[in-house]
Amino acid sequence: MDMHNARDAGAARLDDPWYDALASGWGGPDEPDETAGPPRRARPPAAEEVYTEVHGSAAFQEVRRRYRRFVFPAAAAFLLWYLAYVVAATTAPGVMARPVAGALNVAMVAGLAQFATTFLLTWAYARHARLRRDRVALELRWVTQEMMRGHGR
Amino acid sequence: MTGNQQSLALLLFGVFVAATLAITTWASRRRQGSPEEFYAGGRLFSPMENGFAIAGDYMSAASFLGISGLIALFGYDGVLYCVGFLVAWLVVLLLVAELVRNCGRFTLADVLAARMSERPVRIAAGVSSVTVCVLYLVAQMVGAGSLVALLLDETGSRARSWTVIGVGTLMVVFVALGGMRATTWIQIVKAVLLMGGAVALTVLVLVRFHGDIDSLLSTAARHSGHGSDFLAPGLAYGDGWTARLDFVSLGVALVLGTAGLPHILSRFYTVPTAPAARRSVIWSIGLIGGFYLMTIVLGFGAAAVLGSDAVRSSNAAGNTAVPLLALDLGGGAGSTGGTVLFAIVAAVAFATILAVVAGITLASSASVAHDLYASLSRRKDRTPRSEVAVARVAAVGIGAAAIGLGLLADDLNVAFLVGLAFAAAASANLPVLLYSLFWRRFTTRGAVWSVYGGLVPAVVLVVFSPVVSGGPEAIFSGVDFHLFPLQNPGLVSVPLGFLAGWLGTVLSDEAADARGHAARHAETEVRALTGAGAA
Repeated sequence: MDMHNARDAGAARLDDPWYDALASGWGGPDEPDETAGPPRRARPPAAEEVYTEVHGSAAFQEVRRRYRRFVFPAAAAFLLWYLAYVVAATTAPGVMARPVAGALNVAMVAGLAQFATTFLLTWAYARHARLRRDRVALELRWVTQEMMRGHGR
Repeated sequence: MTGNQQSLALLLFGVFVAATLAITTWASRRRQGSPEEFYAGGRLFSPMENGFAIAGDYMSAASFLGISGLIALFGYDGVLYCVGFLVAWLVVLLLVAELVRNCGRFTLADVLAARMSERPVRIAAGVSSVTVCVLYLVAQMVGAGSLVALLLDETGSRARSWTVIGVGTLMVVFVALGGMRATTWIQIVKAVLLMGGAVALTVLVLVRFHGDIDSLLSTAARHSGHGSDFLAPGLAYGDGWTARLDFVSLGVALVLGTAGLPHILSRFYTVPTAPAARRSVIWSIGLIGGFYLMTIVLGFGAAAVLGSDAVRSSNAAGNTAVPLLALDLGGGAGSTGGTVLFAIVAAVAFATILAVVAGITLASSASVAHDLYASLSRRKDRTPRSEVAVARVAAVGIGAAAIGLGLLADDLNVAFLVGLAFAAAASANLPVLLYSLFWRRFTTRGAVWSVYGGLVPAVVLVVFSPVVSGGPEAIFSGVDFHLFPLQNPGLVSVPLGFLAGWLGTVLSDEAADARGHAARHAETEVRALTGAGAA
């Protein structure tokens, strides 16, 4: 289902304003639109303009938003969780020594939980990136490189 | 160690050295001398291969022997290390690996130079990368010397010196002749050997306790002499507030430092795309996580099977816990099984050191040639090929320097150097990397300040720390000029690195809203997230 969503979103975004502008000629607002004359076609747009243009596009902003909305909270969460674990282990050994089951105590469970959350977050990130970012990012890469080459050849 | 064990260990190690030299010869026969090939192995490794190589680069003998020994002696406090070394990979996976692969070509400085004024940031990043590498390298070289002395029962300093020289020479040969392709294959072979050895020993420990973890832990607690305290934190770091803060400081350095280690960053360039870099980190997280879980079993296993006192009497730091455990699991001293297992563990430990030093040497030679030489040289006839030639020479120079420092530091306690290398990487390399990937306003001055503002405090604080002077275990035990209470500077120097980067940016003359600045930030973001224009 995620896969489906991502595809839809990517496709929809690529139809959006800037993609259109790209398809109909490389021109600023003050330039004539449809008739891309030979002089301009011969000179590919400067890399700077292309990157700024792509950066402002809805598709790119969507990829950027998806990436940041996943990694920033996730990074903050696991850093806090690790810090809490280390601080608890060094300042509250009494709590950590409390038995849970058999020889297992709170400290052992917390340590194993650190391993478990690391593996879990790795899996979640990989899944998120694969389903929500990779395809759109690849299309953007292709589009950017096409623009760089000077489209319409 | 008996003569049989010694000759078998030497034989196995000889086989490994021969295999690595064969790999180097094979890799150098097909070489064209391009930077792509020398620094990045042609960028055509698969994610699985690179994942094994990353794990091989990261899992040092210090973690195989040192951490399991720490667990055998101090129980739970050793587990804290394992957790820090693993969680660090989330920083790499989420924030660094893919973006660095997309923005850079060979080194950390490439990522910064894409946005900033090239010369100053290249020099700054080059200086900090080389510093981190040399710290790490010296720790590994001295570790190699003492490991050999330990495993071969050679207490004389000549055996240690020759080991340092031998390891240094081999690593220079690997790097200078084979470049990244040979180094990567050596890492892969080493990672397979290390994982194989760890799996075999772990299975034997679990078989000994009939798969009952509970009985393994309670036996370990009983034989440790500490009772149930052995399974709770506090035995190693619970001794007063300084010790506790010190551990938190080390924890911060471990978690944030991994993502700034030059030899780890350069590994992402050996795969073709950012998704491939992501998949290689996932492979390495699986391998490294599995490895540290096994290390925990081996550490508690050594305490349960041998008892902490037996481990301590063999080596005060516990470094012989795993070899002794192998001897016992194989059937005890004098038995064939014990001899074989002991020899295998010793040979795997040698292989580990050799592979790790090769990876670091390559990363530092790349920094010297690609960052420092390329920025400082005024020669007009510089070409990519001549840069590779410089990198090969740099590998020889760094190897010679590491051998020299390793011999000088021969009988010093340099275990703190690994922690210092991580702290320096976390304070100097990570802030500048994160700022330039994620902060629009970040400027050249901010980048330069951030690197030096993290690196200088890290090194200076260690000079004035108890590891250098003022204690019986310090390097200069006779004098006392220690002003800073902690052994690891991370808790102070990492925030300073971030603060310096922020200050430098705020106090910059460059207008952050200038057209060129905004455009270069846009370029970095587009390239980082899409891979457009990636090398």
